[in-house]
Amino acid sequence: MLILTCPYCGVAADETELSPGGEAHLHRAGPGSEDASVEAYLYHRSNPKGVHFERWRHAYGCGKWFHSARDTATNDVFGTYPAQVTETPQNILEAIAQRRPGWERPQ
Amino acid sequence: MAEITVTRRTPGMVLLRGDLSSDALREAASAVAGAPMPERRQASLSGDTGILWMSPDEALILLPEGRAAEAARALSQRLEGVHHLALDLSDARAVFEIEGPWLREVLAKLSPADLHPEALPLLEVRRTRLAQVPAAFWIEAEGRARLICFRSVADYVEGLLRRSVEDGPVGLFA
Ligand SMILES: [Zn+2]
Repeated sequence: MLILTCPYCGVAADETELSPGGEAHLHRAGPGSEDASVEAYLYHRSNPKGVHFERWRHAYGCGKWFHSARDTATNDVFGTYPAQVTETPQNILEAIAQRRPGWERPQ
Repeated sequence: MAEITVTRRTPGMVLLRGDLSSDALREAASAVAGAPMPERRQASLSGDTGILWMSPDEALILLPEGRAAEAARALSQRLEGVHHLALDLSDARAVFEIEGPWLREVLAKLSPADLHPEALPLLEVRRTRLAQVPAAFWIEAEGRARLICFRSVADYVEGLLRRSVEDGPVGLFA
């Protein structure tokens, strides 16, 4: 069972209290972009076995969107953080580095 | 087996959205509810009236039946010029009062929330899922809880609660 702590209300929410929102930190390809980058923005998603960054909504709770970093193979949670960021916060990256030495964000 | 009672109530409820840290909003809410603005996840109650913290920008004001429309108007008057939403939601929600010694187990059987007294202290509002629908509940004193759900699923929730009571205690925690 996956349990994520919502950074807004602080509730340790069970997976069934949350709505999944897919991969986090996508960059929108706006008007005038190349077809290939619009396609990538709309459809290309990473699907790693291991460290992954996701969006979740605390649907059966405070209703807010937040981000999580977890291991998709073990459900080890490295941390959760507010959605009002464009990059993963340093403390989350440090938690990952500590528990997954040598991990690098795929390009 | 000690009895648990489930009673449906129809209090007044006013939804207040805005910046809960704003002094103007806190003062207006307190004046209307007769209780201070609660901290994160808390219920701040004075008898049957009070304020529930629902999210970083949402509070629910509990009032006696029939008082919500007037309270929502009073809030909006006090908050003239302050970004907010005050709405009488009494008819959109249903409230249940659950009383009895093992009510934590009645709720624990229906929800993924941790109902252990250390995980859910008195007067902490837990918004969660009750079987298939959203609900919020808090334990006011050991042996007395209140639960809020959408009115449209109130019959379903009442059925869930009564069934959970009929099935008896589990004995995990009293
Ligand atoms: Zn939350």
